[in-house]
Amino acid sequence: MTGAALVARRAYRVGAAGRCVGLIAVAAVPALTLGVFFCYPVASIIGLGLHPAAGWDLGAFGSVLGRARFLRIIVFTVAQAAASAVLSLALGIPGAFLLYRRDFRGRAVVRALATVPFVLPTVVVGLAFNTLFAPHGWLGSWGWGGSVAAILAAHVFFNYTVVVRTVGAAWAHLDDRPVLAARGLGAGPVRAFLTVTLPALTPAIASTALMVFLFCATSFGIILVMGGGHWNTIETEIYRQTAQVGDLATAAVLSILQIVLVAAVLVVAAWLRRRTETALRLRGAIDTVRRIRRADLPAVVVTAAAMVLLILPIAILVTRSLTTPTGWSFSNYRNLAGVGEGNALLISGVAALVNSLRSALIAGGIATAVGVMLSMVLTRRSRSRVARRATAALDAVMMLPLGVSAVTVGFGFLIALDKPPLDFRSSALLVPIAQAMVATPLVVRMVLPVLRAADDRLRQAAALLGAGPVRVWASVDVPIAARALIGAFAFALATGFGEFGATSFVARPETVTLPVVIGRLISRPGPVNTGMALAAGVILAAACGVVVLLVDLTANRRGNGSANGSGIGGF
Amino acid sequence: MNLTSAHARRGRRLAGFPRAALLAVALAAVTSMTLSSCGAATGGSTTGGGGATGGSSSSGTGSDSGSGASPTQHATVTLITDDSFAVDPAVLDRFEKDSGITVKILTEGDVGEMVSKLIVTKGNPLGDVVYGIDNTFAGKALAAGVLEPYTSPLAPKGADTYTIDPEHRLTATDYGDVCVNVDHRYFTAHHLAEPTTFEDLAKPEYKNLFVAEDPSTSSPGLAFLLGTIAHFGPDGWQAYWKSLKANGVKIDSGWTDAYTVDFSGSTGKGDRPLVVSYASSPPSEVKAGDTTAPTGALLSTCFRQIEYAGVLAGTKNPGAAGTVIDFLLSADFQAQIPAQMYMYPVDKSVPLPSDWAKFAPIAPHPETLSTADIDANRSQWISAWTDLMQG
Repeated sequence: MTGAALVARRAYRVGAAGRCVGLIAVAAVPALTLGVFFCYPVASIIGLGLHPAAGWDLGAFGSVLGRARFLRIIVFTVAQAAASAVLSLALGIPGAFLLYRRDFRGRAVVRALATVPFVLPTVVVGLAFNTLFAPHGWLGSWGWGGSVAAILAAHVFFNYTVVVRTVGAAWAHLDDRPVLAARGLGAGPVRAFLTVTLPALTPAIASTALMVFLFCATSFGIILVMGGGHWNTIETEIYRQTAQVGDLATAAVLSILQIVLVAAVLVVAAWLRRRTETALRLRGAIDTVRRIRRADLPAVVVTAAAMVLLILPIAILVTRSLTTPTGWSFSNYRNLAGVGEGNALLISGVAALVNSLRSALIAGGIATAVGVMLSMVLTRRSRSRVARRATAALDAVMMLPLGVSAVTVGFGFLIALDKPPLDFRSSALLVPIAQAMVATPLVVRMVLPVLRAADDRLRQAAALLGAGPVRVWASVDVPIAARALIGAFAFALATGFGEFGATSFVARPETVTLPVVIGRLISRPGPVNTGMALAAGVILAAACGVVVLLVDLTANRRGNGSANGSGIGGF
Repeated sequence: MNLTSAHARRGRRLAGFPRAALLAVALAAVTSMTLSSCGAATGGSTTGGGGATGGSSSSGTGSDSGSGASPTQHATVTLITDDSFAVDPAVLDRFEKDSGITVKILTEGDVGEMVSKLIVTKGNPLGDVVYGIDNTFAGKALAAGVLEPYTSPLAPKGADTYTIDPEHRLTATDYGDVCVNVDHRYFTAHHLAEPTTFEDLAKPEYKNLFVAEDPSTSSPGLAFLLGTIAHFGPDGWQAYWKSLKANGVKIDSGWTDAYTVDFSGSTGKGDRPLVVSYASSPPSEVKAGDTTAPTGALLSTCFRQIEYAGVLAGTKNPGAAGTVIDFLLSADFQAQIPAQMYMYPVDKSVPLPSDWAKFAPIAPHPETLSTADIDANRSQWISAWTDLMQG
């Protein structure tokens, strides 16, 4: 053995020990965050339901599982979530290709536009879709009012961007030379896509499908507003039982069923992921983008159709926000400077917008930091089976906040975080923390596929050349994932911006965000309040569009720089 | 190059085991920490719920800042309200200046959600005073023991009329009627006589014209259901709803969708001219300067809703909490209730806004049910309704 190799090995061992301690520290932060702000509150409220003062009461299990209504609800929850995921993927994958692999004028604008639906409060979107499909609405002749088709359309409207961004982030980094090789060896474009591109994208597609499924399985506002009481998910039923009926035992059973269902889906997803995730050849995103051309026509057609689906409800919002009893006017927008008819709001719409921005920035920061820490831990490919299992478990558990009812978490917050040292119930930080809990899984799902696909030999080479763990991370992982990272931050920002469910549970008057304001305005009579709500919805959409556009433009400039500077593409 | 990386890989394998094991231990530790904290949570909250009947063991939330520094004047009272709460800031400022009490307002969802939150946080209440519990949920709050007795010296000015609890744990502050609203223009344009009674709504000439709200998710929806139960009796209401269903009633989950999308008389320009809303909704639809309202309430389809305030059991500051209840009954606060919350003040001496007399008359003989009756049957009625309308 040469002297150089010995030195290298010793250096590696020392580095390994340091890295190990670091890794544990890095793992502890997200695990603790998850424990305190998710697991503990959820367990508390379920505990209160199943273990009231008198002792364990498990009778609710029988009464829930025995009622046909609940079984119907469970089947519908799963079926509509699966259908929504499939439809979102079908529309979104061509979009991901067009927006991340092809260059054309206005691409950044289309990307920002595609993100807008994601931040709109469900109340407003539900209202827009109901207006669209109402008998006198623009698409009233379709007869979709109150139907499952309308609900699925709304779910696709929300999740289109999830697919485009997550699959797009992976696709942008995909080395296109294997495809060129396949084509050179005689494969047609379809065959090359099916045998080379699709397998390489499967991890990203699988994790996107998982996210969309979880989002739709816990769909609350859309189902409540568009289902008209006929269609119910486990989530709306938990709300009904917890908040309205006050039957905590039934709510607890439903929550447990929801967690079991989500856990089952996560296990299947993790299994699929293990089978499909491989080290891919990645390149700097910039090298892979080509000018749009004639062969891209099918993708263009599908994406154009998706854009129509995205634009119609937004157009309805804009139209209704400009309509007043006395004709067309901007008065709804002007009114937002105030507090509404009859002081509907405790703070002005403008102040709420500032609150939204601030809280979204904090939430985006927390989610990105926690998400990146998690991704670092989850990227480690350990050889020990136990460690691999632990990593897989952590991977699954951190997805749970996406799949567990905001009502359960919200009520859990009230009873679990009410005493020192965890007296967060009246803390202003609660809003961004609640938002971050929802956004963190998204960050991980966007960053992780890229990091996992990165060739580990790059890190080993860097370590061998004397880089410490932080340096390795900064000079290998960060550049590789730069684009996904910035995209994830934008996405986390957008999530925080539009988050309504959890926020409405924990918002305090002085921390009220724009979506909460909209929910409040829209539930009061009078054209002024309705108009203001819709105007606020339009402003929320516009503000989100601008923020995402700015982040994307920055990412592009950065992406250029790092790709040229560090030459990942050449590795 | 290749050789080096092969060594590095072997090195990694050597270093691999302890590292992986440590990671596993760390994860296990964090997980078990998390799990044990979860277990502690369950136990903790249960004992909290069990030993909190008197509510004396609680550590107040909002009143902390008040009781800490100077015990006499600068108290902070946290007022828990539902979504429909609104107050004229000038009125609130005046009260805060005069009394030295700072009022912190927390909105906690609609009435049902708010009462559920009060019940789960019993023993360590979210605040000191609650405002906005209506008669459809009052029985539930009283039975759960989340309120403390308080008798306001201002109660004789009107609140006494609506007393439901001999211990005075709830003080009435305002009331209103949930009624079917009608779009006058639609019926004029279609040369159709307007319906006037519950029975009319089930007649064939009004097929597919009526939209109501789901009582399991909407407060006016629940009030309307209770109105039909009061009118048709506990044995007759199901047959009536069957006939409504056959006559094409549309059920929305909430007031917003029913009123602003499906109702033809408001912003959504929907296609149904009859909607369950409030007797006080029509004034909002009157254009400035007009002398007639385009919509109206059918006064023989009304259910009387009464809103109450109360001191939360476990408050650290019962004195200041009582002062806030007095404020809610003061002429200053009562006078702004119609404009802020679309309800009628309990204090009869307070003048109503001028357009209310014209466009928002109160029902002379509204339907009513006792809170005890409502509390005993609410869940059962709602599930019967759900099975009837959805099953």
